[in-house]
Amino acid sequence: MNLRLIKTIREKGIELISLVCVIVLWQFTAEWIVKNKLYLPSFYDVVHSLLAIIESGVIVTDLMTSLLHFGIGIIAAFFVGIPLGIIMGWFKEASEAIDPIIEILRPIPPLAWIPFAMVWFGLTHQAAGFVVFVGMIFPIIINTYTGFKNVPRVHVDAAKVLGCTQSVKLIRYIALPSALPSIIAGIRIAMGVGWMCLVAAEMFGVSRGGLGYSLWLNFHLHRMDFVLLYMLLLGFLGLVIDRAFRYYVDTKLLRWKAGIVV
Amino acid sequence: MGRVSVKNVSRTFSKKEDKSEMQALENINFDVEDGEFICILGPSGCGKTTLLRIVAGLETQTSGEITLNGVPITGPDPKRGMVFQQYSLFPWRTVIDNITFGLEMQGMGKGEARKQVEKYLDLVGLKQFRNSYPHELSGGMQQRAAIARALANEPEVLLMDEPFGALDAQTRNVLQDELLKIWEQKHVTFLFVTHSVDEAVFLSDRIVVMTSRPGRVKEIIKVELPRPRNRTSPEANRLRDRILKLLEHERFTR
Repeated sequence: MNLRLIKTIREKGIELISLVCVIVLWQFTAEWIVKNKLYLPSFYDVVHSLLAIIESGVIVTDLMTSLLHFGIGIIAAFFVGIPLGIIMGWFKEASEAIDPIIEILRPIPPLAWIPFAMVWFGLTHQAAGFVVFVGMIFPIIINTYTGFKNVPRVHVDAAKVLGCTQSVKLIRYIALPSALPSIIAGIRIAMGVGWMCLVAAEMFGVSRGGLGYSLWLNFHLHRMDFVLLYMLLLGFLGLVIDRAFRYYVDTKLLRWKAGIVV
Repeated sequence: MGRVSVKNVSRTFSKKEDKSEMQALENINFDVEDGEFICILGPSGCGKTTLLRIVAGLETQTSGEITLNGVPITGPDPKRGMVFQQYSLFPWRTVIDNITFGLEMQGMGKGEARKQVEKYLDLVGLKQFRNSYPHELSGGMQQRAAIARALANEPEVLLMDEPFGALDAQTRNVLQDELLKIWEQKHVTFLFVTHSVDEAVFLSDRIVVMTSRPGRVKEIIKVELPRPRNRTSPEANRLRDRILKLLEHERFTR
């Protein structure tokens, strides 16, 4: 136990020291130089706010609400984006038909959809989820499409001579696994975009509740220590989601790519 | 049974841009006996790969007919296995799962298929690599696995498109020896495309020498060297010399 602790400290020593230094510097600057809670709340203030929202339980509802919005968006983007990308990548006519529509819709910033999200869904969780969906869908479609276009011909030929000749089977057994690294890269990009859209949608008050909503609410209440806390929470949660996803992908989905430099 | 008959096969490629046509194969005729080892030899770009792909059913001829045991070939079929020049193993499947792929496609369960292919894994000497992914194998091992994968479907004909082309000379020799052993054990007809005269002389019963584009059959040479063959025997050298002169003649008459 003790040995392991020492080992961790040795391995992560520099990172730890760096982190501590930044916190000390922050606390010092806030406390002795800025001396204004509105401009720069100190580390202590933020920890204090954290304890407050943990005690009141607000943190749980905020986290859950945000995760719900994010979940709605990501699931919808999966179910629409991946099949669409597959169809476009596999059937040339489909890509010719769908591509111009995508090229017109894609440059529209997802946040510009917020008014319609509110009109269509009202001030609901679905509305916030829709904005996340719009942010996530295009990277997923495009990367799925690219992945399917780049399936090596020799793999398709090899599958055919081994008795796998139907389109459905070729997609399921050859194209999908072959395109998976590209699809996953798309999902990671999409998650980054989706996370930003989530916060913006919540700040616009698309739905009541959520980390972004609370951040904006506290800004209006001039409680900048809470604003900073929510900022940190958003960053931290985004990091955790990305890490968890990468861990799952590297150990489960893309084990066959280990050792290949991408 | 794997009797292949190629009758008057031609293949023309038309280019979309300028509507010009390029004839890749012109009036190819030859028959392959059951269990025979045939090499198709020709200068690069002579359409030998195209011919093989037509036999595999991956491409179609413009005219003519190819039959397997009297039945015309219309599309890919597990009865005709193929090994490609490029590394064609599915990188997301382990070695054993690559080899079971054909059987799985025929509806066999994974467990059953794994039991079935064990002997092929053994045949190509990859037993201890059964759970490795392709990127963990050397080029020679990958081609061995690809051969096992093709054999697992128990094909009547095995089509090989320069399978050892990307390998170094020594690995190539070893694999040629192993391939002949497999050929002797399994009753399979081999159609082997190569640009290497040495390879053709060492392996085949007969060599189909092709002209450069458009590909035609220049000559069919029977290799009557006794097996096991010696790569450097005077007879082998004489034959090599004769074929090289044929190919050279082909180069200068163009």
